[in-house]
Amino acid sequence: MIINHPLLGPRDASEFTYLGDAKLIDRPDWQSDTAAQDFYEYGYLRTNPAGEHRELWFHEAGDRSWLVVTRNTLTHEISAVEMARDVARAQGRSK
Amino acid sequence: MRYSGFKVIKEALTGHKGWKPAWRDPVPQAHYDIIIIGGGGHGLATAYYLAKEFGGKKIAVLEKGWIGGGNVGRNTTIVRSNYLLDGNEPFYEMSLKLWEGLEQDFNYNAMVSQRGILNLIHSDAQRDAFTRRGNAMILNGADAEMLTTGQILDRYPFLNVDNARFPIKGGLAQHRGGTVRHDAVAWGYARGADIRGVDIIQNCEVTGFRIENGKAIGVETSRGYIGANKIGCAVAGSSSRLMSKVDMQLPMESHVLQAFVSEGLKPVIPGVITFGAGHFYCSQSDKGGLVFGGDLDGYNSYAQRGNMPVVEDVCESGMALMPMLGRARLLRMWGGVMDMSMDGSPIIDKTHIDGLYFNGGWCYGGFKATPASGYCFAHLLARDMPHPNATAFRFDRFSRGLMIDEKGMGNQPNLH
Repeated sequence: MIINHPLLGPRDASEFTYLGDAKLIDRPDWQSDTAAQDFYEYGYLRTNPAGEHRELWFHEAGDRSWLVVTRNTLTHEISAVEMARDVARAQGRSK
Repeated sequence: MRYSGFKVIKEALTGHKGWKPAWRDPVPQAHYDIIIIGGGGHGLATAYYLAKEFGGKKIAVLEKGWIGGGNVGRNTTIVRSNYLLDGNEPFYEMSLKLWEGLEQDFNYNAMVSQRGILNLIHSDAQRDAFTRRGNAMILNGADAEMLTTGQILDRYPFLNVDNARFPIKGGLAQHRGGTVRHDAVAWGYARGADIRGVDIIQNCEVTGFRIENGKAIGVETSRGYIGANKIGCAVAGSSSRLMSKVDMQLPMESHVLQAFVSEGLKPVIPGVITFGAGHFYCSQSDKGGLVFGGDLDGYNSYAQRGNMPVVEDVCESGMALMPMLGRARLLRMWGGVMDMSMDGSPIIDKTHIDGLYFNGGWCYGGFKATPASGYCFAHLLARDMPHPNATAFRFDRFSRGLMIDEKGMGNQPNLH
């Protein structure tokens, strides 16, 4: 697989390590009344779709940036690559 | 029809005209006592033990394609019970004992071969860990023996024990481990279940569940609605897809794992060798091919095929361990979809829906578990109580902090 890095252009997927579902950006509020349940769902439950999947990849052997990659789990086709910090900012998660 | 040596000779002399299909091709009935979704190893074993040990019920196995076409036909055929943790080891030892008696039990030649499995040691820390594991195995009634490098070389003289990065310093052997002809496991269970009245319905995909007042009452399928008192799901890599039909999110990700077989060679590898540090394990099939594999590709996938970097990594690891491999040509490679759970251990449990039961999360260790998984799932379906050896495989262990994490990797499925 080739991941089209927004800053560096097309890079081989073997330069990256894989974390998983991009919902991991949305860390729950630890002060919430439902924090125990929220962190259980955040840490352990996944939608695990067959089809389009937004997921976090880390460019470990490259510029060490985190990316949100939209990839089809049935075909391995990659349709979008974004900087994870841009995604997090758009969600109000990061400065 | 019972199979026997006498029957083989008789058929050989009469032109093999007396063989009958090993299982029927029945039309689905309107209602069953128990429906098993998934005609793989675990689903067929569940139906077999339900009919044989917990008898007297109308049972059907629904399979969307043909039976045995998923992971039971794609694995590397290894059976073993070399686990460490209390939640796991009694279960896997039960499975190994069932393997030992399986062929007589279901009257089918599954080519169970207890040729032994060897885990290699490369450092003092690994020796400590494997000594502890071996002791845990012995405490649970399994067999384990620590071997020296010399003892290993007696059996496997071709191993490169002086590798600069991972020199071989010994190994943990389980002599009762080995290999089994994987397709024959599916066929043997299917035939055994069919003889006992189980309807095995192929080309019948479950498209939805019918739930009334919090109770599952049947399934919608590509061959119409089928009612059931109880429904058991055993669909391996497709677990999340199936359970999403009742809006369940599972503690698992589906990953692709590749496996390989070389061209046929004369007998060179007498047992199973695992090289954990190099992500490589290997055995030789009775047909002569070297059967080997390595790590997951590492990303969510339902594609049943992997990518080249892992192929390269596995072959490099193989070459580091057994330089003789370089002369063998790769014949085939393939991929299967694993439902990787968050702690690397499986789930055999009820769901929050009455009458709906779940068996999955086997990661890449499902094949060796087939008999015990079937037996314990049958126990749960028939008696509504977990089998004593499978009490730890619960859904709620993640919310209660009771994970069974053999590798100590945490909730990162691609590392288990």
